[in-house]
Order: sequence, then structure tokens, then C-alpha cells
Amino acid sequence: MSEKKTKRRDFLFTATTAVGAVGAAAVVWPMIDQMNPDASVKALASTEVDVSALTPGNTLTVLWRGKPVFIRRRTQEEIDEARSVKMEDLIHPEKDEDRAKNPEWLVMLGVCTHLGCVPLNDKGDYNGWFCPCHGSHYDTSGRIRKGPAPWNMEVPKYEFVNANTIKIG
Amino acid sequence: MSDHDYRPKSKVGQWFNDRLPLLTLANHLTDYPTPKNLNYWWTFGGILTFCLITQIVTGLTLAMHYIAHADMAFESVEHIMRDVNYGWLIRYIHANGASMFFLAVYIHIFRSLFYGSYKSPREIIWILGIIIYLLMMAAAFMGYVLPWGQMSFWGATVITNLFSAIPLVGEGIVTWLWGGYSVDNPTLTRFFTLHYLIPFLILGLVVLHIWALHVPGNNNPVGIDIKKPSKDTVPFHPYIVIKDGFALLMFMIVFAFFVFYSPNILGHADNYIEANPMVTPAHIVPEWYLLPFYAILRSVPDKLLGVVAMLSAILILAVLPWLDTSKIRSAVFRPLYKQFYWILVADVLILGYVGAMPAEGLYLLIARVATAYYFLHFLVILPVLGFKEKTLPVPLSITEPVLGGSLNLATARQKESKIE
Repeated sequence: MSEKKTKRRDFLFTATTAVGAVGAAAVVWPMIDQMNPDASVKALASTEVDVSALTPGNTLTVLWRGKPVFIRRRTQEEIDEARSVKMEDLIHPEKDEDRAKNPEWLVMLGVCTHLGCVPLNDKGDYNGWFCPCHGSHYDTSGRIRKGPAPWNMEVPKYEFVNANTIKIG
Repeated sequence: MSDHDYRPKSKVGQWFNDRLPLLTLANHLTDYPTPKNLNYWWTFGGILTFCLITQIVTGLTLAMHYIAHADMAFESVEHIMRDVNYGWLIRYIHANGASMFFLAVYIHIFRSLFYGSYKSPREIIWILGIIIYLLMMAAAFMGYVLPWGQMSFWGATVITNLFSAIPLVGEGIVTWLWGGYSVDNPTLTRFFTLHYLIPFLILGLVVLHIWALHVPGNNNPVGIDIKKPSKDTVPFHPYIVIKDGFALLMFMIVFAFFVFYSPNILGHADNYIEANPMVTPAHIVPEWYLLPFYAILRSVPDKLLGVVAMLSAILILAVLPWLDTSKIRSAVFRPLYKQFYWILVADVLILGYVGAMPAEGLYLLIARVATAYYFLHFLVILPVLGFKEKTLPVPLSITEPVLGGSLNLATARQKESKIE
């Protein structure tokens, strides 16, 4: 093959293709991004919950961003059980102290990390939650112990506004 | 073929055909030489076309009454069932029509597997068919979400969450699919849009599927190449048209049985409860036609690998023409393949059964064995069989085994003597 010299025309082809590609991407992006959560969905970012009626050993389920949030007022027994677990026994090692800053209150998304079902309270082999869809068992800290789910149930950002009110989000 | 020398009789016809050769196309479809030994398993192409048209027509009419909004969808479906004139009939035809569509497509696919219709030179027809099948599954899944019942909602949640298994970008993709942080109104409206679009994409692909079919022509039960036109072929009209028509009538009887006598037997009672994001039904099951793949998903204990296994189970079909190394098409002349074929049929039925059962104990074990066998069939048995199997001699033409020179000489002579 003979040596090919770059000509003016080659430069024009390359430049035109490059500008065309950038232009096409600029048009395609809005079409893709319109499917992401819109401003009104994002605006529902936080919700306040009154937890004064919740007694130890009970769970309140509230809806936040279309997803259920479990607010569990744990008994001393449950706290002890959650805190005595060895880290090496966990699939997704997380300390209970980090998941529940105030040990009496456990706040987490009631969404199984496998495929998104809502696990059932006070069920399963670890006295915590059990997902009926594909059989994941969670302990009293909402940590995955057995089954196909890869992670612990997620703890959302929340804070106590006062002694009786939790603000989620 | 008479394609090129065809000329319409009337002056107007000639004038039109010179400008747009639609009449040439019609003539091609009428005279089209078809193998004369096609059996009833070959009638499902026509039946599937009927199913697609039925779904489009009933879907269009349902869309005139349905409201794609999370607050109103469930009610509007009940409104269709109770208030709209013949709404119950149209909806039951549409809902059961989806099941009939899949019933027909599975027979169509397994016919192709038995007679080797996917082999050279028909690979493109086969791949187009697999794409159509994938689109059918997408359309059926999204259609099932539209009534916004409990199964709709939780089925949508579980299936869209499959994408969260993708490392790094998975969660972002799921949020993007949902248009929010859970399955909600934005999800419903986009599913409705896509559910409306996909049947027309399928229609376009069906045209390509038939176009690609008309290049080499139909395979046939003997699986040999035939000369066209010859004494081995008959014109499509009236021979095949009548045969297809009769089979379609039989199929419609089955269809009508479901619509009029057991319209809800293939559905799930939980879907008559409105979607509730706070409560998951105790036992989530997809529609029957997705059960084998659901069983494969659940048989793998790892989330990502489970999703990979499920997708591979479908996509492996696309490369089937290259996995099957045998030059002989029809299982009639492949004594070993014929047995493995029926084992595969049983394997898929077993997967379907365990897919409907809870994923624990013996069911889980059976699902795992059946999943392993499914992949073994395509990845090991088929490639090896092409080299190891001793196939039976194949006749030179369709007519030959009938008029003599058959494998079973005694039978052929008997037939001959009867003719004499």
C-alpha cells in the first residue's frame, strides 16, 4: 500500500462527523433525561411522622417517596440481639450502632434489596423481617442474614425534630 | 417464480402496477410455491398473524376507555368491565389473547426446533423471530401493569428491579425507568406508551420475518431443499390458505373457550385488588408464559448471576443456528436429537411448573437441575451431537419416499402395489 497523505477533504470529513455526533448527542440527551424523576417528584423529598403513639415492640409503616419506611420502636431484647451479632456472621457487615443512632428507634426503607418487595414484620429465622417474594431473612437491625438479597435494608437520612416527631429525608 | 413476468389483465391494473407493483406482490403471495408436505405444525405462522391483529384491534378499542393514571387506571378497567358496552368481552379477548399469542408462539418455536427450521439458510428468519419474541414479552409485561392491580404493581417492581443487579449504574437505571423512587404514575404512563408502540414494531418485524422467509421458502417436515416450483410444491393459494384457515378455526375454538368459559383462569386473583405500595402479595408469580425464565432466575442464589442466567436462557436461542452443528435439519432423520428434543420439551415444562411454586426445598432443587440441563442442551449436547450422531439417510425429494426409494422399502412397495 502506498503512503496515504492526509488531505483537506479528510479533515473536512472528520470535522463534519465530529460536529454531527456532538449535535446528535445534544438532541438525544433531553429525550433520555426526560424519563428521570421530575421536579415535582423530587419536591416530595421529606416527610414528618408523629411517633408518639408507637409502643416498644411495634412498627409503624409510612410512605416516603412512594416507598414504605419502617419505624420500629425496638425492645431491649431486640437491641441486645442486634448488638451481640459478630461482624463476620454478616453478609453486608454494618454495626447496629451505625444503623440505629438512638438504639430504641430503627428507621429504614421497608424495601427488600433483592427485587424490591416489602418484607413482613416479626417473621423469619432472625426475629426481624422476612421477604415473601424470594425468601430473604433480615435480623432485628434490618440486616440481611439469609437469602438472595445482597445488602441490608437501607437507612434513609432522618432526624428527630422533637421527642415525638421524626423527619425523613 | 412468476414474479417477474406477471402482468395484470386490466388496463387500469397495468397502469397502477407499473407505478406501484402491489399487484405483483399479491400475485407472488398467491402463487408462492409451498412444500406440499407441510403439516399442521406449519399453520401457526398464520395463527400468530391473527393473534397480533386481534391484540392490536382489541387494544385500540380498550385504549379508548382506559385512563393511564395511577389514581384512575384500576377504576377505569373496572369501568370497562362493568359499564362500557361489550367492554368485558373486548378486555377478556385482549387479556386471554396475550396467553393465546404465547401458546401459539411456543408451538411455532418448538416446531422450528424439531424440524431444524433455524438452520442455514434461514438464520435471519430465526433471529427476527427471537427479536419478535423478546418484544412480545416486553409488551405482555407492560400490558399486565396497566390495570394497576397488586400483581401489576409488584410484578413491575420486581421486574424493573432486575436492572438494579447491574454493577455501578444499576440503581440509576432503575430510577430512570421508574421516573421516580418507586413504581408510580410516571412509570404507568410510560409503560402505557410503550405498550401501545411495541405491537406496531412487532408488525414491522413480522413483515421482515415473512420477507426473509420468502427468499429461501418454507422448510418442510423432511427438512430438505426443494426445487420451486416443482412436483414437490403446491401454490400457496388455495392449498395452504385453506389448511391455515381450518387450523385457525380450531385455534379460535380454544380461544373462545377461555374467553367465554374461564376468562380469569390464566390470570391471578390478586390483580383484582388495587395496587398498594405498602403491602406485597404473599406469593408473586408472573403470567404462565414467563414461568420457565422466572424459575431460572430464582434457581441461582446470586442476584446478578440470576439475572444473567435468565437473560442468557433467552439470548442463547439467537445463536442456536451456530450451536447446532448437524447438517441434517429435520429430527425425523436424527434419532438421537429426536430424543433430546423431547427431553428439552419436558425440561421447559418442568421449569414452568417449578416457576409457579415457592422457591424452596425440593422445588428449588428441581429448578436447579432443570436450569442446568437447559444450558447443557444448547451448549454441550447440540454442538457434540452434530459430530457424533449417526443420522438416517435423507430422501432426495418430498415425492421420493411416497413413490418408492423410501427408507422403509417394504412400506413403499406396499403403497405402490396399492396404487397399481
